[in-house]
Amino acid sequence: MAVGSALPHDTAHLHVTGEARYIDDIPLPAGALHLAFGLSSVAHGEITSMDLSAVRSAPGVVRVYTAEDFGDHVPDCSPSLGDEPLLTSDEVQFIGQPIFLVVATSHQAARKAAKLGKIAYKELPALLDYDAAMEAESRFEDGPRIYGCGDAAKAIAEAPHKIEGTIEMGGQEHFYLEGQAAACVPQEGGDMLVHSSTQHPSEIQHKVAHALHIPMHAVRVETRRMGGGFGGKESQGNWLAIACAIAARDTGKPCKMRYDRDDDMIITGKRHDFRISYTCGFDDEGRILGIDFLQLTRAGWSMDLTLPVADRAMLHADNAYFLPNARIESHRLKMNTQSNTAYRGFGGPQGVLGIERVVDHIAHTLGRDPIEVRKLNYYDEMVTPTAGEGLPEDHVLSVEGEPTSLGSIEHLDDHPQHAGGQVTPRGKLTPYGQEVEDFILHGMTEKLLETSNYAARKAAIAKWNAENPIIKKGLGVSPVKFGISFTLTHLNQAGALVHIYNDGSIHLNHGGTEMGQGLFQKVAQVAAQEFGVSMDRVKITATDTAKVPNTSATAASSGSDLNGMAVKNACDRIRTRLEVFILERFGESDVTWAKGKVHFGVHEMDFAELISLAYMNRVSLSATGFYKTPKIEWDRIKGKGRPFFYFAHGIAITEVALDTLTGENRILRADILHDAGASLNPAIDKGQIEGGYVQGAGWLTTEELVWDDKGMLKTHAPSTYKIPACSDAPDVFNVDLWDGRNREETIYRSKAVGEPPFMLGISAFLALSDACAACGPNYPALNAPATPEECLAAIGRTRA
Amino acid sequence: MEITFRLNGALVTTDEPPTRTLLDYLRDSRGLTGTKEGCNEGDCGACTVMVEDAEGKKPLNACILFLPQLHGKSVTTVEGLAKGDTLHPVQQAMIDEHGSQCGFCTPGIVMSLATAHARGETNHEDVLAGNLCRCTGYAPILRAAQKAEEAPVPDGLDHAPFGTPSVIERPESADELAALYAMRPDAVLIAGATDVGLWVTKQMRDLDEVIFLNGVEDLKGITETDSAFEIGAMTPIADLIPLFKPYAPSLSEMYRRFASTQVRAAATLGGNIANGSPIGDSPPPLIAAGATLTLRKGEDHRTIPLEDFFIAYGKQDRAASEFVESITVPKAGLADLKVYKLSKRFDQDISAVCGAFNITLDRGTISDACIAFGGMAGTPARAKAVEAALVDQPWTMQTIEAALPKFAEDYTPMSDMRASAAYRLTSAQNMLKRYFAETEGLTTSVLTVKEGA
Repeated sequence: MAVGSALPHDTAHLHVTGEARYIDDIPLPAGALHLAFGLSSVAHGEITSMDLSAVRSAPGVVRVYTAEDFGDHVPDCSPSLGDEPLLTSDEVQFIGQPIFLVVATSHQAARKAAKLGKIAYKELPALLDYDAAMEAESRFEDGPRIYGCGDAAKAIAEAPHKIEGTIEMGGQEHFYLEGQAAACVPQEGGDMLVHSSTQHPSEIQHKVAHALHIPMHAVRVETRRMGGGFGGKESQGNWLAIACAIAARDTGKPCKMRYDRDDDMIITGKRHDFRISYTCGFDDEGRILGIDFLQLTRAGWSMDLTLPVADRAMLHADNAYFLPNARIESHRLKMNTQSNTAYRGFGGPQGVLGIERVVDHIAHTLGRDPIEVRKLNYYDEMVTPTAGEGLPEDHVLSVEGEPTSLGSIEHLDDHPQHAGGQVTPRGKLTPYGQEVEDFILHGMTEKLLETSNYAARKAAIAKWNAENPIIKKGLGVSPVKFGISFTLTHLNQAGALVHIYNDGSIHLNHGGTEMGQGLFQKVAQVAAQEFGVSMDRVKITATDTAKVPNTSATAASSGSDLNGMAVKNACDRIRTRLEVFILERFGESDVTWAKGKVHFGVHEMDFAELISLAYMNRVSLSATGFYKTPKIEWDRIKGKGRPFFYFAHGIAITEVALDTLTGENRILRADILHDAGASLNPAIDKGQIEGGYVQGAGWLTTEELVWDDKGMLKTHAPSTYKIPACSDAPDVFNVDLWDGRNREETIYRSKAVGEPPFMLGISAFLALSDACAACGPNYPALNAPATPEECLAAIGRTRA
Repeated sequence: MEITFRLNGALVTTDEPPTRTLLDYLRDSRGLTGTKEGCNEGDCGACTVMVEDAEGKKPLNACILFLPQLHGKSVTTVEGLAKGDTLHPVQQAMIDEHGSQCGFCTPGIVMSLATAHARGETNHEDVLAGNLCRCTGYAPILRAAQKAEEAPVPDGLDHAPFGTPSVIERPESADELAALYAMRPDAVLIAGATDVGLWVTKQMRDLDEVIFLNGVEDLKGITETDSAFEIGAMTPIADLIPLFKPYAPSLSEMYRRFASTQVRAAATLGGNIANGSPIGDSPPPLIAAGATLTLRKGEDHRTIPLEDFFIAYGKQDRAASEFVESITVPKAGLADLKVYKLSKRFDQDISAVCGAFNITLDRGTISDACIAFGGMAGTPARAKAVEAALVDQPWTMQTIEAALPKFAEDYTPMSDMRASAAYRLTSAQNMLKRYFAETEGLTTSVLTVKEGA
């Protein structure tokens, strides 16, 4: 069985030997040129003069572009609104905006020359914080988006208890280890070959074609791998690819551009920072009766992907909790800083952190264990057999691929098979009108509380805190329920191309991109499974817009779901042709494919032998595949519909130690139980969970973006921006996969796993809050990132 | 200047410019693209290579390593690690334990692990503190490191000495250096290049005149007397961890957290002092310990208290053509020394505040106090008002509380991306409380706490 095997990453052996090629490693023809941007140095202003003579005369400089070189057709780099000119000649909107483009004989020469521009500005007032932007009504879309259900104001007013609060949460630099990079090689007849470190080759193709005023068929984009993406290469690569394409067209030379790390951090967008204010009414036990959220977010200077990011934050304002009356108001603020963009979770983590803060605050107010309040507010559990018994498989398949028909059994009042011991059903309807049909966190929570020895550790920590005045410990639990699908419905499609050569080797291609997440290997496992052959028969090939057109970004955790299905579809089509051939030739209709052999009737044939025979008999051995996600429909203006095909779940428990003199802290232990459905590859999925947790914890602890009062990002290198280092991972780190299949008909009943585990890092933040709360009677109201400085401030608040 | 070194076993000679980095040389001149550029400033480790000389193997960041620093040494890159189809044990373990995802940091991780493996080091978190990975959360990499521990070190990675011609810009004794520097007072002295490297890679500066110090053998090494350690300016920071461990464990611990394995292997104590940074971690504890600095110009030597070297931000008591020769640390100054490094991230982070306390008690009374801080002023600086408030007072919490307001007299810290002024002041005060709490036997470090019931 290829599917379900814990195989290593498809190019692990190339990673460890240094043979794996990234954009900057691709040998280019002689004479290749190198590019660098000259950047603005004011956050908001008008360019009054520009003297680039020193740039033009610098050693190695071949050409310098400004916006004026493009007349009325300055190429646009935006993935959405068309508001990102490649180069600006008049208004400057943030520090780091490209103003001129240097083409030189080496990377160093281009970088050196780019520092020599003399640009004068008339400075204008810059919007650098939420209050200023709200005051100025500087937002994308005409007003705030508002989603909700019931009557939140009335429910809050009538509730026995009410809390109010605000949590600030900072953004996050992607810090993909490979910076943004692209290389363009001009082809005959004005065509362009683009190598791009991108999660979205079709977008690069579209933008390059637009910039060059040529049809998309004249642009071919190839992406073998990225050195990390995390959302940061969904739209941010447009700039480099467009710049290279223009320079390559004009010079006739291959052109390459890669941002130096500091430039990368200064130019590109990051995770959206948010300020979330809440008012919540709840009953004596902690049940949420009504809730009102105000979400402010920094879009930055251009729209980019802010609208769907902010939408997703609203769609995850419930996380795992039934909110009978909710109002969520979202402002997408246009400000004079980097244009924030996609980042793993895509707004979801911010929405989830908002409600997790509320639940934590409720528990503190009532003096209850937060996990009890969480369980009380959970959505109703899906009726499911005890984990591990494998029943869902038979269950679901017995109704012949119509899993939704199971809906009726889930509404049984007596839940005899409840794994989680939920006492009173709360509800299943989200504020946006989708029923949560697959909720499994009751059972997962019970299991993790048990395996992590939660109760005993909770007691031990209370004892520790009573005995130790300086070092306090804390425990935090955070569940995640994450909606899977692009909320822009048309993006939920994928294509694939599968060839079988006449020696029986299989060439596999699809629209997904490999950024380290193991997508290529998982999808190859699907192909190997479909033909019953070993993995070495399947060649994984670079994503290529010439092979599969009109692809969606590899994003929204959708890679395996979409591309796995598309590949399966292509394989099925070839296999069907082969089975028809077997029927015609051998009169056998019962064909099985396993272990490199094909069995039919009394025959057994090597896969390669069958392929050779099929070729000789003129059977087509190549097929495209296609998939579109069923069931989804969504109205983002009304905020109603079914945006998600299904939900993926997880839960984490983290223990921390906190130094109450300095705020320094450590993650001592993390226990995680995560739902990847029937995992396509448990090793790869576990890697996503461990990595996602640490990245999520980093977002909420040491990763602090700091701008000065002029709008200059001061943390623009790893010397000042601190992602987790090796010792920041939990000392004890237990990660398990929940044993259960997806109730929806996904590829081999697996679940998406890219983004959901990121939110498990919230448990570390909650644990720090818990440790702070051990210092005094007040609620610490911890903000993110909980740097040592912020922790010390929160400790002060508990005692104030 | 013509530089000769061994690259993956083969001798190479190059006359590329002296501030050409090894990383650019490998990637652009040699086509060895396995070594990656992640940050170009020595903070991510993606460019880690193994460098060996007579002193042994060490991991270094190729992005801030200039070619003349390699003269006479052996360099192994990721391309030179496997022997044919046989992977190095850490490479195989990284595959088996799923230690790579995007793979971009992996060559650097592999080189750090392979170097540690050859040195028999199993403190994997310290070994990897200078290698950032954004994908894995490090867990599988640590599993791989553990798995490879027992495997024998493969043959063929050892340095074979070879003769190298002398190079004028690379003096081989302090006398040569003194003479050369006297002739070229404007030259930039390059020791480990962990600071000067960034002048080139980030500020894009052209350094017209350079003198490489890595050949100056008589500035390296530590001389121990009955009462002191005399530490040569070219002694790498890495050597200070074991040196101070028996005498001042918290000073040794500070050096364990100083930058990363790669940087500690390159950076020198002399460089950490001579560059005059207000946030260098060596000066505060060495000032508190009563260290002295010996400078040399031509044939002249002079010795001054270390604290007097730092005059103002960007200004040190160092004449043209004068260089730091050695640092002398009295053993008596180490006995009561406590050092607290405070940074946003524990490992490989520049301190927001670094506090050093040398407080001597005589039958319950404070007989002497020398307190110095980094990150609190434009230079590393003493807390003289705090010291005065402590001396001759009983060692009690009341004394501590009474001394706390004095910090604001000694220091007016600034706010920056690392910390606010208020936090710096509060945490500096709290470090004194921590010192007291330690003497009371309380648990005061999160690094010593374990999970669990």
